[in-house]
Amino acid sequence: MGYDNVVTTTAWSPGPGCHGGCGVKLYIKNGKVVKVEGDENHPFSQGRACPRLLALTQYMYHPDRITYPLKRVGARGEGKFERITWDEALDTVEEKFSNIKAEYGPESVLFCQGTGRDIGGPISFLAYSYGSPNWIQLGLAGHSCYTPRLGAMMATHGDYAVLDAGQFSEKRYADPEYEVPKVIIIWGQNPMPGCPDGFFGHWIVDCMKRGSKLIVVDPRWTWFASRSEKFLQIRPGTDGALAMGMINVIISEDLYDQEFVKNWTEGFDDLKRRAAEYPPQKVAAITWIPEADIIAAARLYASAKPAAIQWGVPIDKCPEGSTVAQAIAHLWCLTGNLDVPGGNVIARPAYGVTTYPFSTQEMHELYGEEFVRRLNEKRIGAKEFAMVRNFRGWAQPDLAVKQMLTGDPYPIKACWIQTSNVLGGQAADTALHYEALKKMEFVVVADLFHNPTTMAVADIVLPVASIAEKESFRSWWVPLQVIVPAVEVGECRSDWEINLELAKRFNPELAKRYGSVKDLINDRLKPCGLTYDELKAQGGWIMPPENSASRPYRRYEKGLLRPDGKPGFRTPTGKVEFASKSYEEWGLDSLPYYSEPPESEVRTPEVYKKYPLVMVTGRRSSVYFHSEHRMIPWLRECDPYPIVEIHPSVAEQVGIDDGEWVVIENDRGSIKRKAKVTPIVHPKVISVPHGWWLPEEDGCEPNLFGIWDINCNKLVHIGPGAKSGYGGGAYKTALVRVKKANGAVE
Amino acid sequence: MGRKGLFIDYEFCTGCHTCEVACKQENSYPAGLWGIKVNEIVLESLDKVEINYLPFPTELCNLCANRTVNGERPSCVKHCQADCMKYGELTELVKEMENKPKTVLFAPK
Ligand code: SF4
Ligand code: SF4
Ligand code: SF4
Repeated sequence: MGYDNVVTTTAWSPGPGCHGGCGVKLYIKNGKVVKVEGDENHPFSQGRACPRLLALTQYMYHPDRITYPLKRVGARGEGKFERITWDEALDTVEEKFSNIKAEYGPESVLFCQGTGRDIGGPISFLAYSYGSPNWIQLGLAGHSCYTPRLGAMMATHGDYAVLDAGQFSEKRYADPEYEVPKVIIIWGQNPMPGCPDGFFGHWIVDCMKRGSKLIVVDPRWTWFASRSEKFLQIRPGTDGALAMGMINVIISEDLYDQEFVKNWTEGFDDLKRRAAEYPPQKVAAITWIPEADIIAAARLYASAKPAAIQWGVPIDKCPEGSTVAQAIAHLWCLTGNLDVPGGNVIARPAYGVTTYPFSTQEMHELYGEEFVRRLNEKRIGAKEFAMVRNFRGWAQPDLAVKQMLTGDPYPIKACWIQTSNVLGGQAADTALHYEALKKMEFVVVADLFHNPTTMAVADIVLPVASIAEKESFRSWWVPLQVIVPAVEVGECRSDWEINLELAKRFNPELAKRYGSVKDLINDRLKPCGLTYDELKAQGGWIMPPENSASRPYRRYEKGLLRPDGKPGFRTPTGKVEFASKSYEEWGLDSLPYYSEPPESEVRTPEVYKKYPLVMVTGRRSSVYFHSEHRMIPWLRECDPYPIVEIHPSVAEQVGIDDGEWVVIENDRGSIKRKAKVTPIVHPKVISVPHGWWLPEEDGCEPNLFGIWDINCNKLVHIGPGAKSGYGGGAYKTALVRVKKANGAVE
Repeated sequence: MGRKGLFIDYEFCTGCHTCEVACKQENSYPAGLWGIKVNEIVLESLDKVEINYLPFPTELCNLCANRTVNGERPSCVKHCQADCMKYGELTELVKEMENKPKTVLFAPK
């Protein structure tokens, strides 16, 4: 196939739909992308690519793609939209939002995002320019995605940390300083399907080839589990108990790193006392994992040096997710695996460049102290939860949906929804979110395709550019890299373009600072000393410089982590805090502990009697990103049906054959799924993939692409479940039962 | 020149579907046509569940003649996320097999 030129860029959603990072080559012919390949010179991916990236052309040029702005002309749910100009679309948004601000205050508009895409920057930028503190992942119960883990790491060692696969060096595994982890614990994740949290999943495979042994914690046998030394098939939601049990073994058997603990940590004795409450025998009863396996896994992990932990979102979804994450972070601290080669290394974005102003100091500079104080006053959940107030600028989703319905303590009148198909995706208790969104006076959705959310509630739909059409940058850990526009599709615009334009309308001061998106990007890139064009010209990516705060290793010894330049960590005590001062200040237990899931065989035996199966949702598919991609032919045929994985013993008991449609239900409702009878799930657990809606079906109400029939989140209740406001969305622990569908479907 | 083939190290094939989509894109095969198809083999073994994936090149696999003629690797081989596929002379690939168990060799044409 001929082509005119090749554009080298970076993947970061939309298109593959991901947390991005890999190098991409776009082959262009006559102004169209005709082929997509991996960039073999890129240190993140070495030319590799996931199926979603390779199907990019089918995504970009899909006949259903929204390519110009739309306004709703019929009633909500009728699916009648009409083409409008960008001017009309933005004028309408400006007018409606300005009226709401005048009448109710800017906090009455929620700025809702999902995950993926370089969205954090543009959406918080727009929210604050408009004046709303309510930047939110609407629907995500307990805000249970990474934020609990991030908060726990911050509280424990003052920074984030990730498994070291050599990703901070361009030489990768060949870097002489690098060592491969001898043991890797994969805790609640299947790293195969994509690149979670800026981590190329198959780096784990790279490590396995170089000798890493695996311990896998999961309720399902994953491919990784089948290749592990130890597989701990855990009861969903009990990860906190397992972590405490492992700490117990490591301390009582003196397997911890005495040097590191003595020199660099605080609160060891407190932790020791707390961990004594979790002997392996007790933990075995809680977690379904045999006592001997818990002990063996703790020994295997603690005696290997270096060893590392790769963890996933189920940890956030445990009750009190932030305390579970704290316990697991303690494991890598206890064993001296923090910021050492092949351990869990402190992760800062290269050169400290972030996509949006994270820090209070930057926020003050940009918006003024008074404004930032006001945000904290009005932000949903800030009063109730110190962590919402003090850790990150997110509104609390469970309280938000209630407030949308009650108007208490102030009314919510509109939603700006960008990168999020709330109703077909992350919303727990789908019906409740449907009702809440329907109450809104005005809803804008910026997306690439119609979906249940646009159909049910959008008044204005804005067409968004894919990775091949946008100018942006990526600064999630490493490398720091540019996203280069190669072509245009219809009238689609990037999230940054849309939001900068609107932000300037709400805050004309910004126009002086940022004439164009490129000005804004250049402003963010300043710490690296290069402009967007310079970075692009030198190949598009850059790794953090040696001996800097954003490059491993052992920065705590070199005084690279603290603002005062002293050795140690960026915590109140300067040490790793096993008993966290920040948690204490936030009114939380300073030490980790185990908390039973809200619904379970132990806590609610009467519910369990009626609904004896634990439903874990959210297992990833390598051809889908959450609720995306079901309409892409090359991808859909690899994973065609909304399935439920059922253990053969359960199938036999209920009389279900492989491939048969079945009903899954609890007191919150029922859905239908196609049974995949497989021994990979625990006999007391069923696994139900999330994000399913059927683009081939009628999108109008009441059908809404079939969500009421197949969306598993209908069966999951909202919270808030956690004392910190973070964690505990019951996506992994809802109790259900399964029965035959009796030919009700297909 | 001798016959060419595809070498697959199925110890490390994760079943990620990349090779399938890479092949469809390379050859402009519409949905429904497969140049390579990944098979899932899940078996209960003595004390574990054994999960293996094995990609199978179909009769539509042309060994990416258009690429290899320019010295480029086949699309599936290049993009394989586990980097567990190799393309080359069968005689060379057999030597790889000597050194690495859990591998297969396909000579699709
Ligand atoms: S998921 Fe990973 S491989 Fe796929 S496009 Fe994103 S960064 Fe690249
Ligand atoms: S070698 Fe080429 S034609 Fe054959 S399976 Fe791989 S990508 Fe398809
Ligand atoms: S691309 Fe590689 S790892 Fe993925 S399914 Fe194909 S052979 Fe297996």
